[in-house]
Amino acid sequence: MLIRSKPDILPSEITPRDVYQRRREFLQAAGVLTAAASLSVASIVAGPRVARAGAKLPNVRKSAFSVAEEQTPYKDVTTYNNYYEFGTDKDEPAENAHTLKTRPWTVAVEGEVKKPKTFDIDELLKLAPLEERVYRMRCVEGWSMVIPWVGYPLSELIKRVEPTGKAKYVEFITLADPQQMPGITMPVLKWPYTEGLRMDEAQHPLTILCLGLYGEALPNQNGAPVRVVIPWKYGFKNGKSVVKIRFTERQPQTTWNIAQPREYGFYSNVNPEVDHPRWSQAKERRIGEFGKRPTLMFNGYAGQVAALYAGMDLKKNF
Amino acid sequence: MSVKSPSQTQIGWIKAAVFAACLIPLALLVWRGFTGGLGANPIEYITRSTGWWTLTFLLITLLVTPVRRLTGLNWLLRLRRMLGLFAFFHVCLHFTTYLWLDQFFDWMSIVKDIAKRPFITVGFTAFVLLIPLAATSTNGMVKRLGARRWQLLHRLVYAIPVLGVVHYWWLVKKDITEPVIFALLLTVLLGARLVWRVRKPASLPPAAHAQRA
Repeated sequence: MLIRSKPDILPSEITPRDVYQRRREFLQAAGVLTAAASLSVASIVAGPRVARAGAKLPNVRKSAFSVAEEQTPYKDVTTYNNYYEFGTDKDEPAENAHTLKTRPWTVAVEGEVKKPKTFDIDELLKLAPLEERVYRMRCVEGWSMVIPWVGYPLSELIKRVEPTGKAKYVEFITLADPQQMPGITMPVLKWPYTEGLRMDEAQHPLTILCLGLYGEALPNQNGAPVRVVIPWKYGFKNGKSVVKIRFTERQPQTTWNIAQPREYGFYSNVNPEVDHPRWSQAKERRIGEFGKRPTLMFNGYAGQVAALYAGMDLKKNF
Repeated sequence: MSVKSPSQTQIGWIKAAVFAACLIPLALLVWRGFTGGLGANPIEYITRSTGWWTLTFLLITLLVTPVRRLTGLNWLLRLRRMLGLFAFFHVCLHFTTYLWLDQFFDWMSIVKDIAKRPFITVGFTAFVLLIPLAATSTNGMVKRLGARRWQLLHRLVYAIPVLGVVHYWWLVKKDITEPVIFALLLTVLLGARLVWRVRKPASLPPAAHAQRA
């Protein structure tokens, strides 16, 4: 039987940190140069491109909300995905998502707001300073990653459209185009994939509008060009390739909840004490690790978010 | 000699070829393991792959009798024991992957899993039921048990893949395409037997007695 055992000594322990970081920067720079060279050829043909998948995002700041845990390799983050619009196997999104057209792209923000507006993706990229947020990501299936997302608090967008007093929830509607997404022809889920948050969850500083990962624009299979990330909830709450954000008075319907109401609740906060009806949520396998590790309450963000749910029965509001 | 009745030597060669072919899935898995082809979650990949092949070998085993009946190639029966044992071999790999790689012998959580999670309960039951079939697969055991009792015991081979398909069906999150395909194939394989039984009661084809394996 095969065991992918970890080497006793990590290369990063042998090579001094600053050296390997410089090496990484060099390699990245070399990669960027190559990419830039090929892009410049492409741009002559196709016109200017800004922040296409894989393009380096400028002026990304560090964030105090980042965790110091070892990051999941880029390759795993971008080849092991749940994105049913491109197929239900984990490797299918990476294979199929090249058909996704991320330019032109707009996000319509509407509903209970004083200033509804349709944002162009390039406008969203400059709306607020970009931050790197290294977050844990826990999938409801029992695996997890640590991903250096790039984005800014969703609240930056929210305050610009001025929600009315009636806005109690935010609904995220994602792209559902059979021309670009082969999985849409399968009635596996109700399309378009829709997710939602309570207003206070959406405005929480940990909730981000995400435009990139590993310092680069989002790869298509990770939800390009814009998605949301709510790190204390199961991964499926993080809508990908968002095209519409709607503020509502009533709790929006969410895709997985429609599919299996007993199994996937509206809140879907990571909670090791509330099992999925068919499997345990007490432990998780961090991608790249052999053994399982215990799952943490609110995915380890209890200190920041537990107060949002004070007094709520989390077994009922799973 | 002919296709209908190959010689002893030819049967030997056919068996060797089938044996080698049955090892291909495992060989591929090992090769992928050494070349980093198991993806980001290798343990999940190994679990899925060995489970998938267990079901597939169970169905192939169940395919032998209908194909023999339709083609008259009675010697196919002489491959059945080996095919069944390959199903058992893969379920052993599957279960070991779960015990060792997935749970790392965390007995508390294994017991909880088996008791609390219906898909694991069903899968575990199927595994346990396969053990006596594998253990009594030798000619000596057929003699020791007596053909009738042996045959009765080995009827379990109809129930086990049903449990296997249910196990698969209950574990997938939403896309049930593959379990449905397995279920349909199994329905055809079991349905054919039912139809034959209803049509011609009490007329077991002679070869079935001779070479139960």
